[in-house]
Amino acid sequence: MSTDNVTYSSADEPDVEYSSADEGPDAYSGSYETTEGRVYTVSGGDWDTISPAPEGEHDRIVVNMGPQHPSTHGVLRLILEIDGENVTEARAGIGYLHTGIEKNMEFRSWVQGVTFVTRMDYLTPMFNETAYCLAVEKALDITEQVPERATVIRVIMMELNRIASHLVALATGGMELGALTAMEFGFRERELVLDIFEMVSGLRMNSAYVRPGGVAQDLPPGGEQKIRDTIPLLRKRLKDTADLLVDNSIWMGRTVGIGYLDLAGCMALGITGPILRSTGLPYDLRKAQPYCGYENYEFDVITKDTSDVYGRFLIRIEEMEQSLRIVEQALDRLKPGPVMVEDKKIAWPAQLSIGSDGQGNSPEHIQKIMAESMEALIHHFKLVTEGFRVPTGQVYAAVESPKGELGCHLVSSGGTRPYRVHFRDPSFTNLQSVAAMSEGSMISDVIAAVASIDPVMGGVDR
Amino acid sequence: MTDAPVPAVPEGVHELDIIGVRHGAFGASGSGDTSGFGGLVEPIVMPAPATRPFGGWFDEVSDEIELSLEARNLPATGVIEKVVIHRGEITYHVRREHLVAFATALRDEPGLRFELCLGVDGVHYPDEEGRELHAVYHFLSITHNNRVRVEVSVPDGDPVIPSLVALFPTLDWHERETWDMFGIVFEGHPALTRILMPDDWPGHPQRKDYPLGGIPVEFKGATTPPPDQRRSYN
Repeated sequence: MSTDNVTYSSADEPDVEYSSADEGPDAYSGSYETTEGRVYTVSGGDWDTISPAPEGEHDRIVVNMGPQHPSTHGVLRLILEIDGENVTEARAGIGYLHTGIEKNMEFRSWVQGVTFVTRMDYLTPMFNETAYCLAVEKALDITEQVPERATVIRVIMMELNRIASHLVALATGGMELGALTAMEFGFRERELVLDIFEMVSGLRMNSAYVRPGGVAQDLPPGGEQKIRDTIPLLRKRLKDTADLLVDNSIWMGRTVGIGYLDLAGCMALGITGPILRSTGLPYDLRKAQPYCGYENYEFDVITKDTSDVYGRFLIRIEEMEQSLRIVEQALDRLKPGPVMVEDKKIAWPAQLSIGSDGQGNSPEHIQKIMAESMEALIHHFKLVTEGFRVPTGQVYAAVESPKGELGCHLVSSGGTRPYRVHFRDPSFTNLQSVAAMSEGSMISDVIAAVASIDPVMGGVDR
Repeated sequence: MTDAPVPAVPEGVHELDIIGVRHGAFGASGSGDTSGFGGLVEPIVMPAPATRPFGGWFDEVSDEIELSLEARNLPATGVIEKVVIHRGEITYHVRREHLVAFATALRDEPGLRFELCLGVDGVHYPDEEGRELHAVYHFLSITHNNRVRVEVSVPDGDPVIPSLVALFPTLDWHERETWDMFGIVFEGHPALTRILMPDDWPGHPQRKDYPLGGIPVEFKGATTPPPDQRRSYN
């Protein structure tokens, strides 16, 4: 079977003849004829050194912003057609961070998949893991059996992660618009959250903490208290960050009325998350289709009706406060109990602990499988090497990530590996709105618009 | 192992639901396995089609869909191949020639109002003859707070599906990704080009016949083969 059985006729494409080195000022720049006229490629240097188009020819200047540009949020390439400082056409080029995560997951066990998905949108690892695990649990039909404590821990970790993600959105967004103090504050406060992640899972990012059936391990001794102690500090410092920008006239000058996208535009372009809520629609999956017991928590869905960058900024600021509210309620709901399903055919057998040689299986578990119970050893071996099987069928599970609806479409053929996993990453879909938000605006507003979308290229390209 | 007899279609199983055959249980052959499990041959059967009544809101939505299709002079049986309900989710398998009408009904009918399309992705079933490539759409109704899934199957030799970009502009990048990864051609898409892979990339990487690639990892005194050549326990 051929893998590429469609060929396009080349008739539609312009007949291009490249002639780089001879005619251009250097080896990388040159000019060539197209059906639409002569095209000059320019890199580096001064505008003065660029030869002007011959008289009577129409000038179109296409500028590549990125993929390596400090204010394009990672390896995002913006292709801007400009007329002076005005953007007449904007296109986003993606794929520079494509790592084949979906394909790779088809060659690992269901549990190993967690370590891949956590690396997609690397600022929201807990959401990636939870979306994937909710989908696996749905396919296994064990959603009801996930212990209460595991679900509450998931909620705590997700809401803390939402704060961390929004802080990076504010920090990088602030930096891109010249508010460097906001950047320093944002990254500093984010460390408070990452410290909690490190203490609970062993890793600041990419923690692979949420597992099918529960979480990898219980909160460590003193973990609950540490989270309780961090909340007031976070609350105080979040206010400092907000105070820096909320009524800041320079900040407002750069963001109010910029990057406009109304509700109809959001619906057509499939936009979710803070961008959708900035149009005034209170749509939040945590309220609309609750998962992980979100119906038990009291919190508000933040909306603004400005449909602009400033509105999205305010939404992120206020959502962080709501997340702290949820974490406080979740801590109160935390009751002792197991953090993994009962079913020994699915539950990861070992708890982790820190030994002299780093993190590994707990000594009690090793004592049990190596010295006491041969059946436990067999079980451990089978689960770790072969893994469990998931019944055939397909499911879709979605969570409200800080960027919007993060969906996981999962197909199982009854094997020990996923047959197909696809992630509907909110950044991927939301990034399509760059053109609608920035065409007709200034180049500097493109930066503000992209910052308000808060795309993370790891999630966009997967 | 591959020359083992293909089992007959089990009683009560629709032929459309069989996506392949599983041989053995350990992903290894020629190992002198005496347990008998290595000789297992069984069809891989997807969840069976549902019959009325579906239960819950599924019936209301299905009624609305059938009514609106009839209003467009399309009998529902000719449009919908089968309806599958699995784990509380409903999937409509739709024939590709009627996909646009079906999606228009989903979006526009007041009783349906699936105004948000969450994208399309491909699934490759190389053993399903004549239906190798599936495109799976997810729709969300904010108005009624429902979700439905729509699945379209096309043969590998003619992988063409009408584009829905005109109805749901959000599908622009999603259809490009599905073309890029699976080679499904969305007819009518304004610019169906690769999106994640480089423009001159040969092949469609997420198809099952496309190798994962990789190199063996060497440890002291041992080598681990690349992931797609390791034992798989299928």
